[in-house]
Amino acid sequence: MKELTLKALVENISRVTAFIDGLLEANDCALKAQTQIDVAIDELFGNVAQYAYGDATGDVTVRFDFDQSTRMASVTFVDSGVPFNPLEQAEPDVTLSAAEREAGGLGIFLVRKTMDRVEYQRKNGMNILTIYKRI
Amino acid sequence: MKIIKDQNGTQLTIALEGRLDTTTAPELEKELGGLNGVTALTLDFSRLEYISSAGLRVLLSAHKRMSRQGGMKVTNVNEIVNEVFEVTGFSDILTIE
Repeated sequence: MKELTLKALVENISRVTAFIDGLLEANDCALKAQTQIDVAIDELFGNVAQYAYGDATGDVTVRFDFDQSTRMASVTFVDSGVPFNPLEQAEPDVTLSAAEREAGGLGIFLVRKTMDRVEYQRKNGMNILTIYKRI
Repeated sequence: MKIIKDQNGTQLTIALEGRLDTTTAPELEKELGGLNGVTALTLDFSRLEYISSAGLRVLLSAHKRMSRQGGMKVTNVNEIVNEVFEVTGFSDILTIE
């Protein structure tokens, strides 16, 4: 397991991406899966950076795990901000026309569609969100 | 992300290079604020690596605006970006060539 703790700021998304990309590359991850994970990082870390701590800032810990036998990689985001389970969000209607569409709601949806599994836990005052992807 | 603009009369082509995500989407949004008089907008994605929902939001508002004053098309979409368009239904909204 490898982990990185940093401030929940939008400008730190690229640091998280670089950290995870390095670990994925070290484990011979296919480019497509790596890109999908990068998009998921943008969505999930971006969400925490924009909403978890309101006007204040707090920390986020990003954890990477890899199971060699199943080639399953996981990235976990831990924050102590406001309780938020993204898996409880209603799915957007992706059949609506442009005029009927509203901004937002697509990020989590996209993550759920491209990852193999997404899990959320609220524990000891922390949001713990894990994405799993076979690489 | 790099934004390369090429204007020819009322036709504007914007080529994006890199990643269109939470960090860079505001830059594109700013560029697209000045679409006065543009009737044909082409977004060239040949060097775009990926797009996240923040980028989709900007594309949707540009699409809505251009529908009123002409049209917008997206060209040279790679597999990863295309998958995002398919999953989110944007492939039915946008003109993709």
